[in-house]
Amino acid sequence: MESLNQLIKKCEELAFDLDFTRAKQWKSEGEGRVLVGHMPIYFPREIVHAMNGLAVGILGGGDKKQIIRGDAYYQSYICHMPRGIIELALDGHFDGFEGFLFPSICDVIRNLSGMFRILKKGKFVKYMDFPQNFQKHIGGEFYKSELMEIADKISQINQVEFSVERFNESIQLFNKNRQLTNTAYNLRKEAPWKISAAEMYSVIRAGYVIPVEEHNEILEKLIELVNAAEGVPQDKIRVQVIGAFCEQPPLSLIRTIELAGCYIVEDDFLLGSKWIQGDIEADTSDPVGAIVDAYINHSTFSSTVYDVDDPKEYRMLELFKESKGDGIIFAAPSFCDPALLDHPILQSACDKNGIRYISFLFSENTGQFKVIKEQAGTFSDSIKLWDGDMVGLK
Amino acid sequence: MSASVAKEKSMVIQKEMIANHFKALSTAKETGKKVVYTFVPGNISELILAFDMLPVYPEINALQSGMRKKSDGFIQDAEKIGHSEDVCTYVKCDVGMMINGNIGPTGEKIPPPDLLLLSYTGCFTFMKWFENLKRLYPGVPVAMLHTPYQEDKQIKPEMTQYMVKQLKEEVIPKMEQVSGVKYDEEKLKGILRNSSKVEDAILRIFDTTKNRPSPIDAYFAGVYYIGPINSGFRGTAEAVNYYEELYSEIMERVRLGLGPITPEGEMEKERFRLVVEGPPNWTHFREFWKLFYDFGAVIVASSYTKVGGVYDMGFRVDPEKPLDSLADYCMNCYTNLNLEQRIDLLEQCIVDYKADGFLVNSIKSCNSFSAGQLMIMKELERKLEIPVGLIESDLVDPRYFSYSNIKNRLESFFQMLDQRKIILKQ
Ligand code: SF4
Ligand code: SF4
Repeated sequence: MESLNQLIKKCEELAFDLDFTRAKQWKSEGEGRVLVGHMPIYFPREIVHAMNGLAVGILGGGDKKQIIRGDAYYQSYICHMPRGIIELALDGHFDGFEGFLFPSICDVIRNLSGMFRILKKGKFVKYMDFPQNFQKHIGGEFYKSELMEIADKISQINQVEFSVERFNESIQLFNKNRQLTNTAYNLRKEAPWKISAAEMYSVIRAGYVIPVEEHNEILEKLIELVNAAEGVPQDKIRVQVIGAFCEQPPLSLIRTIELAGCYIVEDDFLLGSKWIQGDIEADTSDPVGAIVDAYINHSTFSSTVYDVDDPKEYRMLELFKESKGDGIIFAAPSFCDPALLDHPILQSACDKNGIRYISFLFSENTGQFKVIKEQAGTFSDSIKLWDGDMVGLK
Repeated sequence: MSASVAKEKSMVIQKEMIANHFKALSTAKETGKKVVYTFVPGNISELILAFDMLPVYPEINALQSGMRKKSDGFIQDAEKIGHSEDVCTYVKCDVGMMINGNIGPTGEKIPPPDLLLLSYTGCFTFMKWFENLKRLYPGVPVAMLHTPYQEDKQIKPEMTQYMVKQLKEEVIPKMEQVSGVKYDEEKLKGILRNSSKVEDAILRIFDTTKNRPSPIDAYFAGVYYIGPINSGFRGTAEAVNYYEELYSEIMERVRLGLGPITPEGEMEKERFRLVVEGPPNWTHFREFWKLFYDFGAVIVASSYTKVGGVYDMGFRVDPEKPLDSLADYCMNCYTNLNLEQRIDLLEQCIVDYKADGFLVNSIKSCNSFSAGQLMIMKELERKLEIPVGLIESDLVDPRYFSYSNIKNRLESFFQMLDQRKIILKQ
């Protein structure tokens, strides 16, 4: 059996493979298979799966793709992620993808969808308007029409007919994926010394670029191996990281935070993988309706979702409490309006509740971590010093 | 440059309209008028008026603060309470103004909102802005009107239905509740009849730049012309009157063969005709404008003047279908058009108004406009072989206005236009 290290290494290779080798190989293994790239944050991959496709997460070029042409598409004061994505597109990394989905999260992604259209990438490019109205018969119906349009677009390519049965099966598989993901995260929350945040990140991120069936197997193995692992608890504070839901921090940044004396026990990296809270109904005559219902009623909170009736600061505090956190790190991509405009709201909730926090900016290609390491280290030290007991063992 | 800068009648009318509006706002408490904060793109002022409420546009306040050199302090105050340097400066300017007593551009206090109408059109920051305001005005109801994006270059029936349902079930009930007035569709239709007249007049006004010399500057003066439609007057009789007056003044200039009026008088020689994309800078508006007219450059069309509604592509409200019309109006605002539509529209402007060049003023704060502008430039250059230029500034943060930088870039751009003219003549 693979060791934990081997499994993690495999996942890291998959997760950061900017050629999407496994996805393309999967496509070549069967008739009528399609690849549909989707940008952050969340997209109901069940839809693509049920139409004999693989939804492939496009999370930017990170620190692995040198930007040569991408900068000519974006001014310096726009976040880094879209320039990485354009670079990948221009260099042919997405060749073989049939479609591209751009969830409505911000103006940058919105206009990136237009660039893909102009560059004539794939057979379809769809900007996906997620409703900001959360009433089933208003926003829900609109969302359903958006989802059906995607199913139609795929069907036009591979002639796969819509089937309730297939949709229910897909939902079941993704329910299982969500359950396993949660179990894995919970294991880490309970014993963060057994698997590092960076390792867990790679495992979850691998799920964005491979078939869900394979990812489920990986997660099952991982859970078994982590359960069996021992490890030694260290004197680190427990932190929640907030703000990195779209542009992803480089792996070394996650490592830096942990090396500086913080266990990341809650985060919004790869938020799409835990967007839906709980299971989606998987035994229904209206599976798309079930997906819609889950979005409308069981979404997590995010900077990109209108929250007035369900204030995000309370949801953040709940998560903080559940994760037995000691402090919060606000880490947002530079120039990210959605993340940064939430900071005053979330930080004022921290102030009111006596929660300590620090805040810094990053880019997906940040290469220098000295300042962040010092900041996180001082943060950890100050909490340890003032809170007295060994915080990592709460 | 001619020396006379006499105020035209239309300017006087506009000044009075705006002053009266701010007066009404400052006395709203006494008169019992309810106040609705909302945004310019996709502003459904007609509906607000149908409930006898008064609109406030935080963006307009921010730009006015910029013009009156107050935004700097407001922005820094907002940064002191945790707002990042990297985000939209309109938001920070507004928050700063609010925490400094909410004294508006005319020096009168702007009343707090009774309703926050989040007309969420073409810009995500709007949502974040009102999420912040909601916390600063606890207890004030928020009505969300989510406008779907024209991602596929069209308004599909589901999009209109989605918006009409939101209007009927979310926005109108909240307006009824706040104002205590029942929704009256006939009244709304009457207001929309005025809007339709105003839309026609706006189109005729901006079309006068087809003349040589152009009688108006469609960017620098254009922002004044769109003032009334973007600040709550679109469906009013005053607006109809204002735009008719403005149109006849401009036609008189055409008859006399006059160029545009600038703050220093009439521009005498039209050397370059430009189409400009992106909002202007407000903190140095006069200097900014002067950089153009000193070179004899006139803007014959600008995307910014379409931010509160695009009428060039045939859209008109239909008073007989009031809610559908409001929905379609919102979806037709410039920043709600996809990149290809924006390019098509700009292309049409360049061709129709016989522009010599295309210029982008890229605004640091504004992703809604800025993300994609370089692609727009590339495409227009490719399609029309027209010289394209880029300058950078900010809306209301003076820290990002570099006079010498902009001047240098403009000089090179104008040189390029000159050279092209010589080549074309040969
Ligand atoms: S990092 Fe922020 S601004 Fe950039 S694409 Fe993502 S959500 Fe938009
Ligand atoms: S981002 Fe642009 S459109 Fe949006 S509020 Fe700011 S200035 Fe206005």
